[in-house]
Amino acid sequence: MLLHTSNLKFTHPGQPTLSFPDIKLDSKEAIVVLGQSGSGKTTLLNLLAGLMKPQSGEVLLDGTDLSTLSSQQMDQFRGGEIGIVFQKPHLISAISVLENLELANYFSKKKGQNLMTLLTELGIAQKANASVLTLSEGEAQRVSIARALVNNPKLILADEPTSSLDDEHASAVVELLKSQAEKIGAGLVIVTHDQRVKAHFSKFIEVTAA
Amino acid sequence: MNLVKLSWKYLTFRPLSTGLNILLLALGLAIMTVLLLIQDQFEKKVTKDAAGIDLVVGAKGSPLQLILSSIYHVDFPTGNIPMEEAEKLAKNRLVKGVIPLALGDNYKGFRIVGTNYDYLKSYQAVVTNGVLWEKPFEVVLGYEVAVQTGLKVGDEFAGSHGISVGSHDHDEHNFKVTGILDQQENVLDRLVLTSIESVWLTHDEQVTSDSTATTESSSHDHEAFQKPVAQTGFPDSDRPREITSLLISYRNPMAAIQLPRMINSKTVMQSASPAFEMARLFELLGVGVSLLKGLAIVILGISGLGIFIALYNSLKERKYDLAILRALGATRIQLVILILMEGLLLTSFGAFLGIGLGHGFLQLLISSNEQSMVSGIQAWAFLPEEGWILAYALLVGFLASIIPAWTAYKTSIAQQLTRA
Repeated sequence: MLLHTSNLKFTHPGQPTLSFPDIKLDSKEAIVVLGQSGSGKTTLLNLLAGLMKPQSGEVLLDGTDLSTLSSQQMDQFRGGEIGIVFQKPHLISAISVLENLELANYFSKKKGQNLMTLLTELGIAQKANASVLTLSEGEAQRVSIARALVNNPKLILADEPTSSLDDEHASAVVELLKSQAEKIGAGLVIVTHDQRVKAHFSKFIEVTAA
Repeated sequence: MNLVKLSWKYLTFRPLSTGLNILLLALGLAIMTVLLLIQDQFEKKVTKDAAGIDLVVGAKGSPLQLILSSIYHVDFPTGNIPMEEAEKLAKNRLVKGVIPLALGDNYKGFRIVGTNYDYLKSYQAVVTNGVLWEKPFEVVLGYEVAVQTGLKVGDEFAGSHGISVGSHDHDEHNFKVTGILDQQENVLDRLVLTSIESVWLTHDEQVTSDSTATTESSSHDHEAFQKPVAQTGFPDSDRPREITSLLISYRNPMAAIQLPRMINSKTVMQSASPAFEMARLFELLGVGVSLLKGLAIVILGISGLGIFIALYNSLKERKYDLAILRALGATRIQLVILILMEGLLLTSFGAFLGIGLGHGFLQLLISSNEQSMVSGIQAWAFLPEEGWILAYALLVGFLASIIPAWTAYKTSIAQQLTRA
């Protein structure tokens, strides 16, 4: 078992407590977390990424209980073992495409994949030394996916990766995430309210505001 | 990719703001550098030029003017004194040594100083290229004079009346260069040295030629041209003569109390102490120096504020970036280092530029004032105190970036990333 959560609960100040269904995920397996806006699905993603600490319950990733890690250990662990694809690409605009990927290597202290091979696979090799500002939205998203993959993480988390894309592109991005996760043997969790994503996966859970 | 490189990329990503901040900081530091260099070298030079001279005696007038004209050769002389009086004073038991000076002419702005060998001895200057003057109208050039005018041993030139360029020439009799001094790094570098007799004869000649002299007196003069000159003490003369001033060294500490008072009250001359007058001058200049220092501090303060605002504003735009870096595995401390590094990189560039600018400015100042007092200052001499300028700059950088760095430390990544 790669990822196992149990009885996760979290309360945002002044709001009712959110409780999440348990997730069980194996390597190379994918799961979609569906939920309406405000249902707490992004909170769940933050808990899985160790960006927030749950009020109760635990997250076990590859045998490591995230709540036992110190803040610094968590940063290190996240950098090496968890790849996150955010809703918006959020690339660092002061540096080039390739340098954005190198940065992921640097902070995680891992060697990771061959960066040029990865960029070639995602079809953005020609943009390797380009400024991030010259990328189209689709290209930027592919770079952000590449950034999540460079360290060969055990778990890939994607937050609404398709929300701003048309059907064709949405389907392409989902397939890309799926195939890349499988290739590096990582588990994939996609958090979305987009029902189109559901069709690509056999396993899904729904989060509803309590 | 590492933190230093990333800081650098962030700095160059905003070239205008970064450039402005560096420039502002450099300007403040340049003023401080110039002040530091001038103050240090000027004071050293002032003490060096006046070494061994306890008292200057000259015609009544401003004591500061007397010091400036007789020791540093910058201001106009106060007038002349009768040599008879000067000789009487030299015999006083409180006086250890006297060096008479006769001023009044220049060559291309470099002053011609009539004196004797003692003047050179008091600065431990020896002629290695050529020999010292032995007859009237023979001169020894200071190093700087030789370099600037291109005159060599054996060359001749005509002096001009007065102590600044542009006065009429004494073209009746040329001076002949017999020797050139090595670089002394003191006032001698800018002087043309000769005997007192040379100065007298130059001016005698003028009087005779102006008042249609008889052949008898002019042949008398030409005899004098061949006589060897006095090498120490006062020159011989068959008629009453004048000199400009006397440089005196005391025999004992008692002299410092008695001599000046005696000279000022009982003779037609006045005395001035170089140490006292220069201290007074620095006190007068002090106001200007404090003003410049204040200005430098204000500019430094503003540049610090500028760096702070630039970092703080960029931090607002960069909260996402910082959150992303955290998500990629960067620790809070690494983010703090990143921001601090940016401030420190910026200010160390400013510091180096500022120190460079300061020296460059001094160079400009020196090259545009070749005959003045600043000309002996070395523009590219570096002081250990300049290390403090670097330290100041880094302190400014640290103070300006500590608050932004703290903000970066506290930024909650989860909140930043989900507030899309």
